[in-house]
Amino acid sequence: MEQLFEGLLNDHLGFVVWAAVAFIILLILLAKFAWKPIMSAISDRERSIEDALLKAEAAKEEMARLTNENEQLLKEARAERDLILREAKILKDQIVAEAKNIASVEGNKMIENAKLEINSLKAIAMADVKNQVATLSIEIAEKVLRREFDNKNAQDELVADLLKEVKIK
Amino acid sequence: MDFRHILNSKKLFLSLILGVFFTLTTCKTFAIQHEEHTAEAKNAEQEAFNPTTAILEHIADSHYWHLWGETSLPLPVILFTDKGTEFFSGAGFHHGHEAYQGKYYTYKLIDDKIRVVNAEGEVDKEASSHIYDFSITKNVLAMWIAGTLLFIIFFSVAASYKKRVGKAPKGLQSFIEPVIMFVRDEIARPNIGYRYERYMPVLLTIFFFIWINNLLGLVPIFPGGANVTGNILFTFVFSFIVLLVVNFSANKYYWKHIFMPPVPVWLYPIMIPVELIGVISRPFALMIRLYANISAGHIIVLSLISLIFIFKTLWIAPVSILFVLFMDVLELLVAFLQAFIFTMLTALFIGTAVEEHHH
Repeated sequence: MEQLFEGLLNDHLGFVVWAAVAFIILLILLAKFAWKPIMSAISDRERSIEDALLKAEAAKEEMARLTNENEQLLKEARAERDLILREAKILKDQIVAEAKNIASVEGNKMIENAKLEINSLKAIAMADVKNQVATLSIEIAEKVLRREFDNKNAQDELVADLLKEVKIK
Repeated sequence: MDFRHILNSKKLFLSLILGVFFTLTTCKTFAIQHEEHTAEAKNAEQEAFNPTTAILEHIADSHYWHLWGETSLPLPVILFTDKGTEFFSGAGFHHGHEAYQGKYYTYKLIDDKIRVVNAEGEVDKEASSHIYDFSITKNVLAMWIAGTLLFIIFFSVAASYKKRVGKAPKGLQSFIEPVIMFVRDEIARPNIGYRYERYMPVLLTIFFFIWINNLLGLVPIFPGGANVTGNILFTFVFSFIVLLVVNFSANKYYWKHIFMPPVPVWLYPIMIPVELIGVISRPFALMIRLYANISAGHIIVLSLISLIFIFKTLWIAPVSILFVLFMDVLELLVAFLQAFIFTMLTALFIGTAVEEHHH
């Protein structure tokens, strides 16, 4: 056993120390000048990529939201238009109906008035006719009376003629 | 846990291509190396080829870095002795054939270990026990090369992050980023939880350092080839760091679980030691796992190459090379897998240490 370990430190301590020194120097230098910048660059880039992806996702969502909103607006607008149209139609129908109603009422009234007028005019005309008939009768009677004295036949003829002339208008 | 992505990844495909390339070069250089080796052996005294020593030599640390043929790169030797510090080139040892007269003692390489020898050339055990070998050995240099490579890679990647803020990764950056993300999303976050960020630097450093050392260990020519992660002392250092990180970040629930486990009090004399052993054994398992896996890979590849020299015929070479090709491709996977497992278990241990219990 003693022989196995004889000179172990003498021969190999140097190598152990050199290896440790080499590793420590390597670790310090690489950590400072390589690992730190490389790791931070990698994680920065990863973060920026992740950010970009998230932003793209957000933009996509925003886009979808906007599209959705637009569609919603469009739908609402369409519905409103339909509503307005329907209302307008109802209104129009109502107006037309009302107008018709009013027109018919008015027409009836006018007809009624006209009838009344006609009736009154007719009455007036009849009165007039009656007056004229009366006047004519009187005139005829007058002429008859005048002629009666001359000729009996002629008298009858005259009456007949006169009666022909008289036409009730 | 889901491991499918490992098999599906493009990285693996790239690794396969690289593996084929590396293996081809491996075979070539190994062949050259060993031919010269055997030539030398024949010239000397027809010494029989001993695969065990050859392989152990290859996976062990060394004061030289073998380049090609007889050419080796002598590495600087630094010794802390009881009389003062020695600093000289490893070339002075002449591969252990000669002693080197230093300022304070005379040194000799015996089995690639530095020993003090006296005037008669005998080892002075008493004096040897006072010297500490702090040489820049093959593994230390390989570690520095790996570290430098990591600096270059990650500084340029960090620079491109600064240049291309918020843009998609490009070039090397796009190769590295998935790996970093893998460590973060598959290792740190699921095991540690929301506090993972504090531990990212240490996890990333462990992961990439082990991985690049594993990969460089597979490269047979100069800048690679050192068996760094297959060196138990290296894995010891790493698992010790893991031990420190885990226990220093542990919260009261962790310690309560160790010293007041939810068992009857009379079981405490058994449970508390068991829990304390658990604290040590988890990093210990990390140390052994990485060391054994990487060393085993190196040993298998070297054994397959050694077949050529054991059978002393070139005809076995195609078989060896085919198997080595297969093994090297497998080792590429193992290189990643072991780095992944080491880091994942580290994260798991940290996770259990920082976990909040709401009883």
